[in-house]
Amino acid sequence: MDKDINISVKVWRQRGPKEKGQFETYQLKNINQGTSFLEMLDILNEQLINEGKEPIVFDHDCREGICGMCSLYVNGHAHGPATGATTCQLYMRRFHDGETITIEPWRSAGFPIIRDLMVDRYAYDKIIQAGGFVSVNTGGVPDANSIAIPRDDAEMAMDAAACIGCGACAAACKNGSAMLFVSAKVSQLALLPQGKIEASRRAKAMVAKMDELGFGNCTNTRACEMECPKNISVSNIARMNREFIWAKLKD
Amino acid sequence: MWLLNSSIGKKLIMSISGIFLILFLLFHMSMNVAAVFSGAAYDAICAFLGANWYAVAATMVLAAGFIIHIIYAFILTLQNRKARGNDRYAINARPKGVEWASQNMLVLGIIVILFLVLHFTQFWYNMMFAELMGHHEVMLGDGTVASPQSGATFINYYFKGNILITVLYLIWYVALWFHLTHGFWSAIHTLGWNNTIWMSRWECISKIFATVVCAIFAIITIIFYLNGVGGC
Repeated sequence: MDKDINISVKVWRQRGPKEKGQFETYQLKNINQGTSFLEMLDILNEQLINEGKEPIVFDHDCREGICGMCSLYVNGHAHGPATGATTCQLYMRRFHDGETITIEPWRSAGFPIIRDLMVDRYAYDKIIQAGGFVSVNTGGVPDANSIAIPRDDAEMAMDAAACIGCGACAAACKNGSAMLFVSAKVSQLALLPQGKIEASRRAKAMVAKMDELGFGNCTNTRACEMECPKNISVSNIARMNREFIWAKLKD
Repeated sequence: MWLLNSSIGKKLIMSISGIFLILFLLFHMSMNVAAVFSGAAYDAICAFLGANWYAVAATMVLAAGFIIHIIYAFILTLQNRKARGNDRYAINARPKGVEWASQNMLVLGIIVILFLVLHFTQFWYNMMFAELMGHHEVMLGDGTVASPQSGATFINYYFKGNILITVLYLIWYVALWFHLTHGFWSAIHTLGWNNTIWMSRWECISKIFATVVCAIFAIITIIFYLNGVGGC
């Protein structure tokens, strides 16, 4: 049964990108365990506003685990202690009465802090942009089965496409590497016949952009995979390495 | 040049040099096995791999493999620390499924190199290096004079009844074991030779391989401690 719990919340406060940040601890009373984690932060912000203090800035949007906006490093885990779930899908029943919950922003050179818990994840958008276009034949609506795709390939492409680009992979990586994200984006198209045409160019361009933006070098620790809210597999990284090395050898 | 500039290229250098060093490890292990059965056979191998041009050339290639692997380890670690940024997490839990070795490869590598220095002063310095310097006799700490081609004499001198050296070598193998359990499959993953099915297989093969190699090295070391080389 969900109970009402009293908790301490230790939050990273930082007024701007260049300013020095520090932890502040707040007390929250009678939080129902059925409350979602972000609702708990809403309650805390309301409390702060009523006290005349600055509310905590944090990213969120859809609150149903599909947009990739929420971030937050909760108690040493990207997206908190739940597996296969984003921060917005995290509920207070994961925490117990009297617990101190530590909330930090993503910490990675690729994701500079904007304010408090909000980080700039524009770098991921730049990598997506570098991927470029996909050639398709325009004209009439094609027949549903005109391009045959093996079921396993379709499934793997779909699994890779589940990546929401939240940045948890780079945030959890001790090397600050974005390889899981980039490999998922390369794989979702490389697996399908429609994406084959630009596959080499796409792999080269996206890896080049990732390196240019200063993300680290992958050492296969698998921390990204374990913390990914969408359970993206590191086998995508092997696929991207394959695509990239092959494309460079062909040049 | 993509091999030197791109992150995947740099990882590929780590991967290939690592696999090369793994192959050398197997070669070295088979030499040690010979020494367990016959000191004379081991001395014959030592003579063959002494200051001959092909042995010196192969040593240069091997040294290059080591140096590249080590230099790139430091380059990549420095780059990765920079990519991580200056601010660290106050609380950072190792997620379930992440192996300790995988996050401490540099530390494990440094331990392996430190022991390698000890190993070089005991063997390579007295053997190939002594021969290259034109010495035909090497004096050991206890006054024994040996030919630089007599590897069996060195093994007996350093290991037989010497518990300190034996334990140091065993610690070395433990560090090597951790390094290999991650290094082996990681190298293959970096080459791109992996998928969802082979992931757990490679990890399993890695563990078996590391265990077999390190166990054989350890058993041989203990035999040297107890009996010295075979047949003399």
